[in-house]
Amino acid sequence: MTKIPPLLETRNLTMRFGGVLANDGVNFSLGEMELRCLIGPNGAGKSTFFKMLTGQLTPSEGTIRFRDHPIDGHPSHEIARLGIGIKTQIPNVFNGLSVRENIWLAAQRKTTRNAARQIVDEVLERIMLKDLAGAIVGQLSHGQRQWVEIGTVLAAEPELILLDEPAAGMTDEETERTAEIIHEINKTRALIVVEHDMEFIKMIAKTVTVFHQGRIMLEDNVEAVLADSRVRDVYLGKKVAA
Amino acid sequence: MDLAAIVALNVVNGAASLFLLCLGLAIIFGMMRIINLAHGEFVMLGAYAAVIAANAGINIWISMLVVAPLVVGLFGLVVERCLVRFLYGRLVDSMLATWGLSLLIIGLTTTIFGNTMQGVPTPLGGFAIGNYRTSWYTLFLLAVALGMMAIVYAVLRYTRFGLIARAVMQNPDMAAVLGVNPAHIYMATFSLGAAVTGLAGGVLAPVSGITPVMGSAYVAKAFITVVGGGAAIISGTLSASGLFGFINQLGAYFTTPVYGEVILFLSAIVLIRILPQGISGRFFKGTV
Amino acid sequence: MSDTVKLSAQIAAVLVACIVVAVMPLYADLFQLMQFTLFASMAVLALSLGFIWGFGGILCFGQTAFFGLGAYAYAVAAINYGDSTPAILCAVIVPALFALALGYFVFYGRISDVYLGVITLTVTLILFNVFNSTAGDEYTIGTARLGGFNGMPAVPTFNMPFDPTAILYPEDSWYVTGGALIAIYVGLRLLLRSRFGRVAIAVRENETRAALLGYDPRVVKLWVFVLGGAIAGMGGALYVNWGAFVGPTIFALSLSAEIIIWICIGGLGTLIGPIVGCFLIQYLVSQIGSQQSFNSNLVLGAILIVFVLLLPQGLVPTLRNLVAAGWYRVSERRRETGHGQSRQMTAGQPVGAE
Repeated sequence: MTKIPPLLETRNLTMRFGGVLANDGVNFSLGEMELRCLIGPNGAGKSTFFKMLTGQLTPSEGTIRFRDHPIDGHPSHEIARLGIGIKTQIPNVFNGLSVRENIWLAAQRKTTRNAARQIVDEVLERIMLKDLAGAIVGQLSHGQRQWVEIGTVLAAEPELILLDEPAAGMTDEETERTAEIIHEINKTRALIVVEHDMEFIKMIAKTVTVFHQGRIMLEDNVEAVLADSRVRDVYLGKKVAA
Repeated sequence: MDLAAIVALNVVNGAASLFLLCLGLAIIFGMMRIINLAHGEFVMLGAYAAVIAANAGINIWISMLVVAPLVVGLFGLVVERCLVRFLYGRLVDSMLATWGLSLLIIGLTTTIFGNTMQGVPTPLGGFAIGNYRTSWYTLFLLAVALGMMAIVYAVLRYTRFGLIARAVMQNPDMAAVLGVNPAHIYMATFSLGAAVTGLAGGVLAPVSGITPVMGSAYVAKAFITVVGGGAAIISGTLSASGLFGFINQLGAYFTTPVYGEVILFLSAIVLIRILPQGISGRFFKGTV
Repeated sequence: MSDTVKLSAQIAAVLVACIVVAVMPLYADLFQLMQFTLFASMAVLALSLGFIWGFGGILCFGQTAFFGLGAYAYAVAAINYGDSTPAILCAVIVPALFALALGYFVFYGRISDVYLGVITLTVTLILFNVFNSTAGDEYTIGTARLGGFNGMPAVPTFNMPFDPTAILYPEDSWYVTGGALIAIYVGLRLLLRSRFGRVAIAVRENETRAALLGYDPRVVKLWVFVLGGAIAGMGGALYVNWGAFVGPTIFALSLSAEIIIWICIGGLGTLIGPIVGCFLIQYLVSQIGSQQSFNSNLVLGAILIVFVLLLPQGLVPTLRNLVAAGWYRVSERRRETGHGQSRQMTAGQPVGAE
């Protein structure tokens, strides 16, 4: 049987910092249009994994293939052009520019002037920052800057979206809105979401991958993962048991 | 044979002078991540202090080895308190402010002492290797460089201050964890770096032209050597000054002194491009 | 301040500048006019660094390298051709190519801020040393002798395009220099409103984010750098036209320092700031020079320190913020703002999508 190649596949992906193994032989695979959650305690290697996927770090060993096209060690902008967008853990935006300018920069790269303007308006609507379109991003709250970054990712219309802790620092209402947007995006695109908030994971996840000490410890559906005693031990124990 | 010996002596001397010139800058850069663009003027002040003290009748050796580092070390303390401490963590601003300081010092020195100054004669005599003459002072400079290296190494390796300083080099937040006020460490470090620089100015005074702008000849060389050497104070500065001193003297020998400098600068650029972390960042990780 | 207000202020400034350039010869004597011609040619240099540093985030400690190369290229070409028209072209192209080579080396090596400073400074020193040692007859390009530390005297000044017999008078040189300054300012303004300009500002703001959105920061910075080199080269040609002379001291460290001072004082991240800073400081230095009571190094150093410590934004942004604050007070509602982030420097020209 011929299989459709996965959207994203890593083989033996390893990242060493000096003597520290941040990622150790990660074999990860994501299908087209799939929504995957990554969980794991701090220092489990999730952010390092994202950084390798987006070219911010060059893996020490192993390969990354995006639609069967090797991307490991490629510069970030090339990977972005292939269609991988990321919202990083700490809001990573153009602080000196306005909200509208931030979104416009993401939208305009591969489209015409008018189309870009249209995308910007749509995205501003979606992230509910229309009223603040002219505000300088550096003066917004942490949560609002998260939204701006999500907006830039949406406006670039990537094939695969990586979200590193999208709900951190958001109100309950905003968290729900984020979950909604994730479901909406997932109708046409694949996503990988790193999150600590279990309620949020339950809201969005189907399959969950658990990172522990730089390796994939477990990969299963949400219920199974949340029920797994090892997962409780390394990470969830207190929260779920409480 | 004689020629080879004299060229070798020149090369070693070039490396030793460069090492002396750079050590103070390296201490400040390595531990505080501050580039002091007034470094050349610190050298100049050391030379002025030595010359003025010597002309006032103080023993030349004391003038060079005690007065110069003391004066510049105190000056460094004042500079740290009044200027540099406001600029930690702002690399570009600290470069700009120290550049301003460099102009200010040049201006002040010119206003007070005029455009030139009577230097001091080179102490110690000369000796001959075959048909070539050279001075004992060359060997003295080498000895001072070796001595400074030993002292700084010992301080960093075996004293409490050295331990804390190395901890700060590895991780700037460490000082607070160790229960030390980082402000004090920075103050001491900057002052120490200035004193070492003053000493370099003092011992180079007899072999340099003493003018207010003499520092500008040193700052660029010291700057690239320190950056080329990387963050480790001793191993980085030693390897970079050894390499650059060697290239400079050899280049000067085969072409002209001017092209010796040009070759030095070109090789420095290539080195920085190949090893952005400096020599020590690549080959001597974790050393001092 | 809204975009429209800013735009109208800029247009007004350009109009005023045009009028000043036009009427200056009526009010200034020849000596003053020559002074202003010199200041304006230096202001072109200031603009070049103000652009690459303020809008490309490239701190170049050796912008004089391009200025000097432009000056030498102009001098060599003008002596050889006897016509300033191709010489001006050379003065722009030679430094631009040099910037292309150097920028490729630097930006594609992912070299960070400090190292860029070191390298550009070092390159300037190399050029100084090299041009200083070109005294011999063997250093002759065509009929032009480079002249080592003596420099190249009696360089032909500007003439009417393609007519070497019609040499410009000092008044005409003033029009050309002042006009070039205004034209370059307007050109850069237009560029900053274009897609490229906006992307350049984005790269300066956050290189990582720009790359994650698919922009190659290396390419963007390289072109900004090349353009800066070309403009500095043009400044070099204008400078030679003013004095009919070029020597290796054009590469001196003190001039590099002075450009940075102009920008710190006028205001980083603006285009008008470097020009203002340049005129102010040059005027000040010429006054000090004529009085002899103060040392100009002392004054410049003190000014730079004061600005870095107390007025890090520079004059133009500070004034603009004062005006903007007044503007907000009279305007209807104060926008809800976050806390703490107000020191964030804003771009001189917002890159608003229309």
